[in-house]
Amino acid sequence: MKARVTVTLKSGILDPQGKAIEGALRSLGLAGVASVRQGKVFDIEIEDGDRAKAEALLKQAADKLLANTVIENYRVDVLG
Amino acid sequence: MKAAVLVFPGINRERDMARTLRLVSGREPSMVWHADRELPVGTDLVVIPGGFSYGDYLRCGAIAARSPIMEAVRAHAAKGGLLLGVCNGFQILCEAGLLPGVLMRNENLRFICRDVYLRVERSDTPFTRGYNAGQVVRVPVAHGEGNYIADGETIAKLEGEGRVLFRYSSPDGMIDPNWNHNGAINAIAGIVNDQGNVLGMMPHPENHVEAAIGPTDGRGLFAGLVEALDRAA
Repeated sequence: MKARVTVTLKSGILDPQGKAIEGALRSLGLAGVASVRQGKVFDIEIEDGDRAKAEALLKQAADKLLANTVIENYRVDVLG
Repeated sequence: MKAAVLVFPGINRERDMARTLRLVSGREPSMVWHADRELPVGTDLVVIPGGFSYGDYLRCGAIAARSPIMEAVRAHAAKGGLLLGVCNGFQILCEAGLLPGVLMRNENLRFICRDVYLRVERSDTPFTRGYNAGQVVRVPVAHGEGNYIADGETIAKLEGEGRVLFRYSSPDGMIDPNWNHNGAINAIAGIVNDQGNVLGMMPHPENHVEAAIGPTDGRGLFAGLVEALDRAA
């Protein structure tokens, strides 16, 4: 079973990397970009076939390691 | 003083730290590998040195903070044992939840490697008893992620409880954005936990302890620790 955990910075947390990327997009002449926030994506393969179990496992993984919940939010998507 | 220096893959300041501990305390520290599960018997100071543990993968300090030795370090701190984290060590302590907050990318996005000035906020702690409150010391920094931040409530608590021990300052001790190199909130360079026995700081006091190399302002921190531990013994 495939799953994806997406980790993003909480709103209000300064994201200098996002800002730098935003500036680079502007300098490429790509008009219309209002702002950029950088995050991380983890594609994870799960052994078990149970969806609810997989979600619980990934929530644990995100809380314990993948995200620093002081500054980051995460989303778990079990893709099936 | 019976010090233990933790060694993680990718750490590179452990020998500087060990040398300083030996110079100031006269005693050889133990080097403790991250995969060990116990600290040497009688350890009264644990030091997490600087470097790039696990190549800063995921987040600075994130993987080291979850390595096997950290359970023993947690137990040491819970018993009131002294614990010092410098640079990557500070990041590891935050990731381990032993100190609040987080160290973000420097505001100017650059790796900063230079001497800075720190104002010592108080002298009545085991870590700062070798200094006077308000004293300014010159020590080096070398980091890309030293921009300390925490939520408003945590910052108010840290400030209210006098848990900020070091701030980036001008050479005459003024707190000024121009001297706050990495953009840390309230120019915070080092904080202690609520019990006062765990210190995390970004600058490297261990690198300014020998006159042959340069300033010796870092010596006070280690000399103070030796004194505090000898008194307790």
